Amino acid sequence: MAIKTLTIDGQLVSAREEDTILVAAREAGVNIPALCYVDGLTPVGACRLCLVEQQGTNRLQAACATKVQEGMEIVTNSPRLHEYRKMILELLFAERNHICAVCVANNHCELQDMAVRHGMDHVRFEYLYPQLSVDVSHEQFGIDHNRCILCTRCVRACHEIEGAHTWDVSGRGVRARVITDMNQPWGDSDTCTSCGKCVQACPTGAIFRQGSTVAEMERDRSMLQFLVNAREKKQWNV
Amino acid sequence: MERLKLATVWLAGCSGCHMSFLDLDEWLLELVQLADVVYSPVLDTKEFPEGVDVTLVEGAVANEDNLHMARTVRARSKVVISFGDCAVTGNVSAMRNPIPSSAKKVLERSYVELADERKGAPSEPEILPILLDRVDPLHAVIPVDYFLPGCPPSAPHIRAALEAIVAGKKPVLEGRQIKFG
Repeated sequence: MAIKTLTIDGQLVSAREEDTILVAAREAGVNIPALCYVDGLTPVGACRLCLVEQQGTNRLQAACATKVQEGMEIVTNSPRLHEYRKMILELLFAERNHICAVCVANNHCELQDMAVRHGMDHVRFEYLYPQLSVDVSHEQFGIDHNRCILCTRCVRACHEIEGAHTWDVSGRGVRARVITDMNQPWGDSDTCTSCGKCVQACPTGAIFRQGSTVAEMERDRSMLQFLVNAREKKQWNV
Repeated sequence: MERLKLATVWLAGCSGCHMSFLDLDEWLLELVQLADVVYSPVLDTKEFPEGVDVTLVEGAVANEDNLHMARTVRARSKVVISFGDCAVTGNVSAMRNPIPSSAKKVLERSYVELADERKGAPSEPEILPILLDRVDPLHAVIPVDYFLPGCPPSAPHIRAALEAIVAGKKPVLEGRQIKFG
């Protein structure tokens, strides 16, 4: 295992060569914000919140999807990055109908927490108010597209941990939607095993357990980590 | 020093933010030592006065009356604060926005489809304000100086903002004080 040495926010850090900047930073106690990244799932660089500055290039790098390199000098927090991240969050809020006050995930939501962390006190962009559906055809779970930020955690948890690949993404850009099977009602899905991993993975109130009312839904994300550890490291203890 | 002139306004919201304002309890007695509350739904004043220093605006802009009031508030206040999630984001008041021709649709739904008797959408143009098709947050229709999110903002958050204002400072809210919902 080769070790790379790099600088993160002025701090000298040693990392395994297969580590990403985000993992190396977290191990060094620097928490780079991210919404699509979850430990144990393949990083996709979808949310762009983890963008960091690299000395010697003007191009920002997605920390979750960029491997460490020898001698890299990374800045994870600067006025420019803070402004971009805040802007990304405002765009996420403007793109769909996120109404925290009446959301099942109120106070247990990573999007809401991320807005707090970045001091987002209002949205400067015009809200799109798209007309979106809520699918509660599954007997245990529901998907509310109003709250979806297209992080694809559900898609990856379902494919990589459960191995069912019920979830996928259809459409492009502002028309993109997470779908079940061939874009059919979740309740009609032949592949869904009703395991609930997508419910655990979702950062917002988009995928929820039915019967949770406003602010009642909590998640146990350690379940995903437990399964990944069990599979990769053969550790079955919690 | 002249006493601060404070106003609070209630547009399209549930009045919960004003309830939270009343939750300031005995601190309200301290506030009236420092400021004159010159206009508010809890007072009997009919006209929004000129020369107001600070106005807290609860609620989104959902009808023509709200829009007119928002413009009056802006013209007559030095500092305007979006007070609560409906003013800041549109919140529940704006949930009808994805529906095309939402003003007509919500009236039909409420007063025709779901009515038990005397079915008919109310229409009293000079008395009842006309609903707008699109409900907007306050800063979409007038410039807003500060934002106080929350559904409702808690009394301690309102107090933190008002204490800064009466001390002649910017109301800088931090961390969980600016949480939506």
